[in-house]
Amino acid sequence: MTKDDIQSIVLKIIAEIAPDEDLTGIAPEVRLRDQLELDSMDFLDIVMELRKQHGIEVPEADYQELASLESCANYLEPKFAALKAAN
Amino acid sequence: MNPEKRRPTKDHYEVVVIGAGMSGMAAAVRLSHFGKDVCLLERHNTIGGLNSFYSISGRKYDVGLHALTNYVPAGVKGTPLGKILRQLRISRDELDLNPQRFSRIAFPGINLKFGNNFEYLESEIAREFPAQVDGFQKLLQKIKEWDDSELDYPDVSARKTVDECLTDPVLIDMLFCPLMFYGNARENDMEFGQYVILFKSLFYEGFARPFDGIRVMMRMMRKKMKEVGVERCMKLGVKTIHSDLTKVTALELENERTITADKVISCAGWPETLRLCSDLDAAENDSNVGRLSFVETINVIEDQPRELGIEDTIVFFNDAERFEFACPDELVDVRSGVICVPNNYEYSDDRELDEGIVRFTAQANFEAWNSLNEESYLHEKTEWFDKLGKSACKFLPIDSFELIKNQSITTDMFTPKTVKKFTGRLGGAVYGSPIKNKPGTTQLENLFICGTDQGFLGIVGAMLSGITIANLYGLRD
Repeated sequence: MTKDDIQSIVLKIIAEIAPDEDLTGIAPEVRLRDQLELDSMDFLDIVMELRKQHGIEVPEADYQELASLESCANYLEPKFAALKAAN
Repeated sequence: MNPEKRRPTKDHYEVVVIGAGMSGMAAAVRLSHFGKDVCLLERHNTIGGLNSFYSISGRKYDVGLHALTNYVPAGVKGTPLGKILRQLRISRDELDLNPQRFSRIAFPGINLKFGNNFEYLESEIAREFPAQVDGFQKLLQKIKEWDDSELDYPDVSARKTVDECLTDPVLIDMLFCPLMFYGNARENDMEFGQYVILFKSLFYEGFARPFDGIRVMMRMMRKKMKEVGVERCMKLGVKTIHSDLTKVTALELENERTITADKVISCAGWPETLRLCSDLDAAENDSNVGRLSFVETINVIEDQPRELGIEDTIVFFNDAERFEFACPDELVDVRSGVICVPNNYEYSDDRELDEGIVRFTAQANFEAWNSLNEESYLHEKTEWFDKLGKSACKFLPIDSFELIKNQSITTDMFTPKTVKKFTGRLGGAVYGSPIKNKPGTTQLENLFICGTDQGFLGIVGAMLSGITIANLYGLRD
């Protein structure tokens, strides 16, 4: 799974949670909060959907790692890799 | 085995939700969506709790819903309506929300109109109360500064806070009147935190209504519960919540079944839920039973109310020298109330309700209604139906209740006794307990309270409460 794939996964989840947001042209390096109207409830949902759809666990202390698409990809890449190795 | 005893299908659930009110359903949907094994128990034969409908001779009547408050146009984000749509994965289009035309606060000789655009109210206040404009801005500032991000905000008197900003008692009462009628559970005063929530939901945001009324919300919630796999048991109440004094150990149901759950979320009301707990005396918490209840009369008429000159969507009226919000001594306090005209929303595609509907709501005394025998109950209903109609019509351009009565196709009326019967709320307390349980926790570590007693208000607020409690205690392991 490449970092681009992971960014697409996160974007797909955001599209499900917030269908009213325009996701075209999201800059990967900029904080999601600065580009989209996402509150703490929405971020909790991103974490919950990652667990539900992909079996990825994000502990509460690491929520800040999900700030931008780029940081999401960096943080989640080893988790996806570990999951793949385990299967 | 008796088929009745096969419900629910399992002996253990991760979460049991007591009550299919709006908040309970929202909590169940949220938890089930994320894979929790959820059972929803409802004592009544229909969902919705305080927001429901009933049919008489093929005609459907909404209960509870005058207007969906918290309405904002599509694209406005960060408000409660947007939050519940996202959290429950509901498409806004499904709700078929049609905005109000305009509403009015009507006191003797003074009207303040407002709509879904806040500047309208501001300009009305500037016209009627020019000396209060600065004070009103000060009040808006206090509302803006109020921190509503914390669940457990301090209990501050709204009267005291408003008095620090405004000096004209008429304006003070005119602002309190709609806010209290649409969600205050406390007599004479309210928590400023609740004032802020209501002020935002009524004035900054606004009113809308699905063309088919509350049934649209109920259809949507039913569909959603099915989609995510909530096991729903209707006509099955909880008889006793058993505990070991620390946590819920078992739920004894009305069909003699006993089930267990890791967590229990109840939207049956705070004192009502505590009454079910085996570790407490039945009446121990009844001091927190709300005293505010209402009668509502429904007039179905031939014409569209507009043809009679009734243009408003909602009118909040008061005829008393000072507006009073308290359990009346008499059966009904007809001096103040709410007039609701479901026809007067801006329905898209030029839709129009087939019949005219005018509803009148006023404060009523539960004990007084409850102690009447059958014969006097019916007699009093007829009497107060007229008294309320006459009092309310003074604030409509028609000026005479006879005009509505002459056109009447049918009427109906519910009383605090009806509210108690169908919702289980003690005292028929529509807005629940005067003291709210904002954290939603109880004496038992795995029993939680959501809904109106947790301090959120209105249909949107109720759903937000269920979502909040589910997120806090059901999804964070």
